[in-house]
Amino acid sequence: MDDLRKRAKELLETSAVKVVIGYEDGSGGKTRTLFAEKPEDAARLIFDSRCVMNLAAYVTKREIKEKGRMAIAATLPVMRSIIQLASEFQVSNDNLLVLGITPESKLLEFTDLSEVEKFVHQYQIEIEARNKEMLEKLEKMTPAGRWKFWTDELSPCIKCYACRAACPMCYCSRCTVDFNQPQWIPVPSHQLGNLEWHFMRAVHLTGRCIDCNACFNACPLAIPLNLLTKKMIEDVKANFGGYQPTLTGEHLMSTYKPDDKENFIQ
Amino acid sequence: MADFEPKIVAFVCNWCTYAGADLTGTSRIKYASNVRIIRFPCTGRIDYMLLLKAFDEGADGIMVSGCHPNDCHYTSGNFHARRRWIMFRSLCDFMGIDIRRIIFSWVSAAEGARWADIVNTTVASIRELGPYDEYRKIAAKPIMEVENHG
Repeated sequence: MDDLRKRAKELLETSAVKVVIGYEDGSGGKTRTLFAEKPEDAARLIFDSRCVMNLAAYVTKREIKEKGRMAIAATLPVMRSIIQLASEFQVSNDNLLVLGITPESKLLEFTDLSEVEKFVHQYQIEIEARNKEMLEKLEKMTPAGRWKFWTDELSPCIKCYACRAACPMCYCSRCTVDFNQPQWIPVPSHQLGNLEWHFMRAVHLTGRCIDCNACFNACPLAIPLNLLTKKMIEDVKANFGGYQPTLTGEHLMSTYKPDDKENFIQ
Repeated sequence: MADFEPKIVAFVCNWCTYAGADLTGTSRIKYASNVRIIRFPCTGRIDYMLLLKAFDEGADGIMVSGCHPNDCHYTSGNFHARRRWIMFRSLCDFMGIDIRRIIFSWVSAAEGARWADIVNTTVASIRELGPYDEYRKIAAKPIMEVENHG
């Protein structure tokens, strides 16, 4: 990714941006986030198959925004997240420059977010075959079977909220789970607390999740919590049509059609 | 299970179903007393977390009811709510929460008799299903007894 390093260096030298968000080598053969603020930092930027973290989670952080205009090394899921965040007025052309990395690992520079949107729209959001199979398997189970599956799967959860920290869409300054008046979700990581936390997470991401799997990758206990958001994606698609973040579009869960179809309301 | 009396929490909108339930009373129609009605400004205000809270607190069944489509006092609250219910219900089902215990309906202010009907059928079906032990087991409160909430 010499292109990326070169471009990042230029941007920092000319002060076109104040910080470039990308990946660098971390400990234990893993990658970590790099916030390059000086031109020489740009040499540390890397990009390879280990870079799965969704960097868009940083562009809403106050301490990063405060630095000034940001540039971000963005893979396809990151670009999708950015479009969704822009549609929720969290980022704009004024404070963000997207250095796109295509699925073929080519560097693309976008002058504004509408170009990013155009690029993103070339690709559909599709659930991977392996997870689709898992969803179908779960749907075929009895409700009691599913209840057991989820209480078992969620029982190791320690409520570390790594899934929330990793998610670019979880940017609320005060999360529902942190409220104690009223206490919406019990604090301890017992069965009820875990169930309600993951339920709430899935609901809040309905129609917004762009399926980057960052939550699953961040989970220290490898809980398949991304199945919940994947299920919501499938259902939103089936019930309300298209699923693609757009700069201007209406958010699927904050709009309606008078003829939305259901079969359970008496 | 002959002496099992289901506890049912009904979340209703102020303008239609609450007024409808009022009409049931003023028309002197008798119906099952298992239902505890909670009045909301609009179905659009009924947060899904409140529904889960009802199960936490030991409800065996939940009813959610509001104005018929196109009759919303605030024009579109029930349309928004409907979209959310579709997703909420599907997620409940996916996580194994018993969706037979969550009954959604549209009841207008003029449908007092219909409200009595829906409540009676709901109570009968929940009575058949028995207490919601699965949820109550995980919600078991160490200090407060669920039964004290009346």
